[in-house]
Amino acid sequence: MIKFFLMVNKQGQTRLSKYYEHVEINKRTLLETEVIKSCLSRSNEQCSFIEFKDFKLIYRQYAALFIVVGVNDTENEMAIYEFIHNFVEVLDEYFSRVSELDIMFNLDKVHIILDEMVLNGCIVETNRARILAPLLILDKMSE
Amino acid sequence: MVVPSLKLQDLIEEIRGAKTQAQEREVIQKECAHIRASFRDGDPLHRHRQLAKLLYVHMLGYPAHFGQMECLKLITSPRFTDKRVGYLGAMLLLDERQDAHLLITNSIKNDLSQGIQAVQGLALCTLSTVGSAEMCRDLATEVEKLLLQPGPYVRKKAVLTAVHIIRKVPELSNIFLPPCAQLLHERHHGVLLGTITLITELCERSPAALKHFRKVVPQLVQILWTLVTTGYSTEHSISGVSDPFLQVQILRLLRILGRNHEESSETMNDLLAQVATNTDTSRNAGNAVLFETVLTIMDIRSVAGLRVLAVNILGRFLLNSDKNIRYVALTSLLRVVQSDHSAVQRHRPTVVECLREPDASLSRRALELSLALVNSSNVRAMTQELQSFLESCPPDLRADCASGILLAAESNHWYKWQPGALENMGTSCWRGAVRKPSPFSRIRQVVSVYGSCLDVELQQRAVEYNALFQKYDHMRAAILEKMPLVERGGTQDEEAKESKEAQHSEAALVPTEPQASKLLDLLDLLDGTSGAAQPPPPLEPSSEGTSVHLLDLPCVSSAPASIPNLKVFEREGLQLNLSFVRPPGTPALLLIMVTAINTSEADVTHFVCQAAVPKSFQLQLQAPSGDTVPAQGGLPVTQLLRILNPKKAPLRLKLRLTYNHFGQSVQEIFEVNNLPVETWQ
Repeated sequence: MIKFFLMVNKQGQTRLSKYYEHVEINKRTLLETEVIKSCLSRSNEQCSFIEFKDFKLIYRQYAALFIVVGVNDTENEMAIYEFIHNFVEVLDEYFSRVSELDIMFNLDKVHIILDEMVLNGCIVETNRARILAPLLILDKMSE
Repeated sequence: MVVPSLKLQDLIEEIRGAKTQAQEREVIQKECAHIRASFRDGDPLHRHRQLAKLLYVHMLGYPAHFGQMECLKLITSPRFTDKRVGYLGAMLLLDERQDAHLLITNSIKNDLSQGIQAVQGLALCTLSTVGSAEMCRDLATEVEKLLLQPGPYVRKKAVLTAVHIIRKVPELSNIFLPPCAQLLHERHHGVLLGTITLITELCERSPAALKHFRKVVPQLVQILWTLVTTGYSTEHSISGVSDPFLQVQILRLLRILGRNHEESSETMNDLLAQVATNTDTSRNAGNAVLFETVLTIMDIRSVAGLRVLAVNILGRFLLNSDKNIRYVALTSLLRVVQSDHSAVQRHRPTVVECLREPDASLSRRALELSLALVNSSNVRAMTQELQSFLESCPPDLRADCASGILLAAESNHWYKWQPGALENMGTSCWRGAVRKPSPFSRIRQVVSVYGSCLDVELQQRAVEYNALFQKYDHMRAAILEKMPLVERGGTQDEEAKESKEAQHSEAALVPTEPQASKLLDLLDLLDGTSGAAQPPPPLEPSSEGTSVHLLDLPCVSSAPASIPNLKVFEREGLQLNLSFVRPPGTPALLLIMVTAINTSEADVTHFVCQAAVPKSFQLQLQAPSGDTVPAQGGLPVTQLLRILNPKKAPLRLKLRLTYNHFGQSVQEIFEVNNLPVETWQ
């Protein structure tokens, strides 16, 4: 089960945070800082899976942005690693070469995309066309 | 006049423009004031914009609880844009502890039943994120209705909401169990994925459900088979693998269903073999599926050939250049090394290679796995590898490595073949401890374990080491200093002398007689390092610090003071000495090494030593090293006594000796006086 999904940049600013298990508001910032610290301290030679408190972190770096997913130990790390890339590819298609700014200024859309892909900590949809369909309809409606 | 508040984009721009934390806070506080005002009496048409800003601010860590009621208002609005932001706000701001969340139950109920897919989707999403137990109970039937509705968009979400409901209210499992059978016939991958997750959740929670779902194993096998063999299906393929996420999920469910169940496991065998051999491993997606397959094979009752195949796949992973894959391989091998030992043994060389990983989490796992793979046939080679690893490994792994080596050697009775081995290991441990004193106490503890071994040499060495560890810390650097070259040679006799020498010398050892080969072995190992003088090994920052380190030894809380030896008996050249060890970590245990040495002209034969202690103690005598104490200071007879003193009562010890000496049989019974207080306190 996915516990949380974070996008944090190298300066420690959170660009997206989604928690699938309740975490207190004040604890969230702390968690995010610790998570980014552990990710930043990894070198290129180290693997992308970190054991952190009572969950596992799987992270991938895209330019200056870290996508970190926290899972419990029943999850297959490599599948989640693949899922992160899948997510980024979806964003890439929607925003046409996504960048950190796109995510910042269109946070609500990114949330919609994530909600289409993960429900309650479980992966629900991974097909790009199906994920983006409702969003494209929404865009059309609001034009 | 109300200043028009910023649009979300502009707010983000302003926050980005803030140079300091204080400036950012200022901007945000100003904006929050606007937002609050607008909530009170602002234009309902733009309410969603205000809430969107508030949510952004909330993500940055600022308090946003005053937006909760706004979420509720927005959710009830008929406009989709309002609902969207409202529900998002509900998911982010509300949680079970607040009463406000109950108020959205009604809205969710309405939205679930009103037929617009997008809205239903929103409602389901929110329910599955923040739904409390009561909400779940109220809305379970609505969700159930949606499970079998035509539109897959809603169904896939409904299924996963069902998972959430079951997690919150396990009793409701029985209403979600029946639809599963039909849902499995689904072609839509999203719904299928959700269904598998639902079935997995049901099976994990109830053994009855587990039994029920064993029936669908053939169906699952069929689904997976189709996925794997239909070749390139563009719809869900990632890196050439058809929907790896679905494959992984099915494999996980098969694992749960096949565990401890012969019949189901048999049904899966062919499929698992097929997946294991035919999955494309050039990209991560394929490897993820392969990894899950291996985990499943190892967990169910699979045939032996399949298990070996799985272990070999893990072995292949170890050779992969991708460190992520090596990581999961090492973790999995650790899990199966006990049950499939011989299969894992085949990959021993690769595992040993992994000791050199730059990533600490990988080398730690490699170390654990290497230690688990030591057996009597490879112990010599392995300890050599591990020893060289000890030289260069990161400091926090040293203690584990050193104690691991010793324990592995012990359990493989290696010392029987190589008497010098214990010294090699002990010395490298000691050297390891010179560089990093903190694992010291553990090493001492492990070496103390040897004190109770049967082999006399081992015992002797161990007790000597222990004594050395205890008494001569301050001399460690000096003792380990490189010695001037001397002749090799020396006989067995020298051994006893050498140990006494080690105990009595004060400064750097300067040999005055032909050196016991053992002592030279001890110091021979120090090519390249010589304690204090030379430049430090790369890992230790302080150089002259060896002496500092020694004085700075961390206080082990139960650090035993070194207990002086006691000479308890002497008659016509036969001497009896007692040496004491109180191993740290076991405060009630006292080890006594009884040493009988004979300086007279005639051998002492049929030597038997017996001991007695007061009732509250437990005494265990181990077999003596022999029953002849040779004349003229020959090899002493040693015997180990283990005394357990849980009540910490004052120790009293009575000894009875019987032997033949000078043609006479002698019996001596006496109580040992002057036992040092440290033996029992």
